[in-house]
Amino acid sequence: MSQQYPALLIIVPLLSALLISITGWINKRLCFPIAVAALAVSAYSCIGLLLRVVDEGVIVYRLGGWDPPMGIAYYVDHLNALVLVVVSVVALINLIGSKKSIELEMPGKTAPFYALYVLQVTGLLGVVVTGDAFNLYVLLEITALSGYAMLAMGDDRAPLSTLNYLYIGTIGACFYLLGVGYLYIVTGSLNMVDIANILPPLYESKAVLAAFIICLVGVWLKMAFFPLHAWLPNAYTHAPSAASSLIAPLVTKVMIYVMIRLILTVFTPEFTFNILAISEPIVWLAVVAIFMGAILALAERNLKKMLTYIIVAEVGYMVGGAWLGNRLGMTGAILHIVNDALMTLCAFMVVSNVAYKLKGYAFDDLKGLFRKMPFTMGAFVVAALSMIGVPPTCGFFSKWYLISGAIQSGQYAFMVALLFSSLVNVVLFFRVIEICFYEPFSDHHGHGHDHHAEPMAEAPVSMLVPLYVVAGGLILVGIYTSDIVNYVIEFAIPKSIL
Amino acid sequence: MGDLLQIIVAKYNYWIYITLMMIGLYAMIGKNNLVKKIVGMSIFQTAIILFYVSIGVKKGATIPILEHGHGEHGHSAAALIVHAVDYVNPLPHVLMLTAIVVGVATLGVALALAIKVHNRFNTLEEDEILAQIREK
Repeated sequence: MSQQYPALLIIVPLLSALLISITGWINKRLCFPIAVAALAVSAYSCIGLLLRVVDEGVIVYRLGGWDPPMGIAYYVDHLNALVLVVVSVVALINLIGSKKSIELEMPGKTAPFYALYVLQVTGLLGVVVTGDAFNLYVLLEITALSGYAMLAMGDDRAPLSTLNYLYIGTIGACFYLLGVGYLYIVTGSLNMVDIANILPPLYESKAVLAAFIICLVGVWLKMAFFPLHAWLPNAYTHAPSAASSLIAPLVTKVMIYVMIRLILTVFTPEFTFNILAISEPIVWLAVVAIFMGAILALAERNLKKMLTYIIVAEVGYMVGGAWLGNRLGMTGAILHIVNDALMTLCAFMVVSNVAYKLKGYAFDDLKGLFRKMPFTMGAFVVAALSMIGVPPTCGFFSKWYLISGAIQSGQYAFMVALLFSSLVNVVLFFRVIEICFYEPFSDHHGHGHDHHAEPMAEAPVSMLVPLYVVAGGLILVGIYTSDIVNYVIEFAIPKSIL
Repeated sequence: MGDLLQIIVAKYNYWIYITLMMIGLYAMIGKNNLVKKIVGMSIFQTAIILFYVSIGVKKGATIPILEHGHGEHGHSAAALIVHAVDYVNPLPHVLMLTAIVVGVATLGVALALAIKVHNRFNTLEEDEILAQIREK
């Protein structure tokens, strides 16, 4: 059984997505349990796989018994085992927490939504687990297409902003495909490890350079790396709560994983950091991304849109960290994939609780929210502290690694950008908390009725419990950071990176 | 000048795919109508499909089907040796079957979204839609 984990974690959700869409015709109430069961099997397999990888090292799974490079192989090493666990656990918790919100926001469309949700998770897990460059493209598009469909189920503006995302997302995926084409021309292989073995004598080739740059730009488009981020804020803001709290934490993070995989496995650090001298300009781009994300977030007066700009800044953190070219920076980037997925999930689950009760998340709607929804706002404070980077929440530790990496490689601009962004996050979140705490709730009463205590109208328990699991996770991951780094991330980074 | 011409003629498949790609990209960036943008997107994807198909081609090679395959006995071992040089590379074409499916799915989703936009705003011109959003 445990031998089949790499296949199970894809096959089970894929088949259940079909099953859910069929079941939707018969009995809509069965869809949710099937979806939860499928994602639970995936999460179980992912965790089992991570434990096996920590014990035994890299696992190669040959689909259908065909040997690579002819067959498609799934490579599971420390890097993607960790990301697999993050993806599957985040998707499962969010699904459990979003049931009520899905039923409220999309009555009558729950069955297709669950099917798309599970399909999206299939795609994300597939992108992470696969060891084949073309297979990755196909799974990328499965992720993207199911994502478009879910995002477009939101409010009036959702179809237009999703269509804009679709244009950009398609360009991104096509660029990646084109880059893989060039790699195929020079190496004759699509298997990542095989490509890495064939490439070294060809490092000087212009085609390899073109392949790398084109793939990189494609992946950047998909992860919304500034200045290629324009599609992200609108697409995520107008989406249904359950869709944005799945897609916002995971899709950008999985794309960061793909970038790191390209750097570490396909093109090897030797090529990316030593032969191509482009690390420095990319770190500068990341600096600009962090500054612009922070500044654009400051200009927003809408909680959800503000969070989307914070994602743009966080993408800058991870790209910059990965391109510092040293061990600390790479550790920080990989650790931040885990942490940022959890932080973003926590923040967006808060937004979905708020949307469940208030029907709006502009700052003016949030007045007096602490009295109205004390538990939800408690979790929001934890997420805010983590995004600012206050110990013992996990956000502190990855930022610490990133800053140490920046100092070690002498990229002081990147360090300044990280500190600046932390300060801006302080302003952003305390502004929200101030509005929620001090300003009276002004729904129908106006300001004259302050002495009337607002009745508490908290989100249902089924939404609060998963939210608190995530908020607790933020602190737990923070406390166990050293274990994650020593047992997993340390082995994920090749020895050649110092 | 002669050198440049030679470069263009020798690698004409690349020039064709790049030209098509740029036409598609122009339509996606420059056009105002949402469906025209979708058409541009489709051209963009097709350009890459053409690129892949063209890299599998070899001069003087034939379709990759073995004439003396299963079921024929009595041949000497020499007759069964396959000369890979004689056949075009089928792998890029097979990959593109998948890419075509992806392209069709993307096109379908894009058109469905365009219908939803049209239902809501009664137009497909992007500037008119943005004006309607701003009015609210």
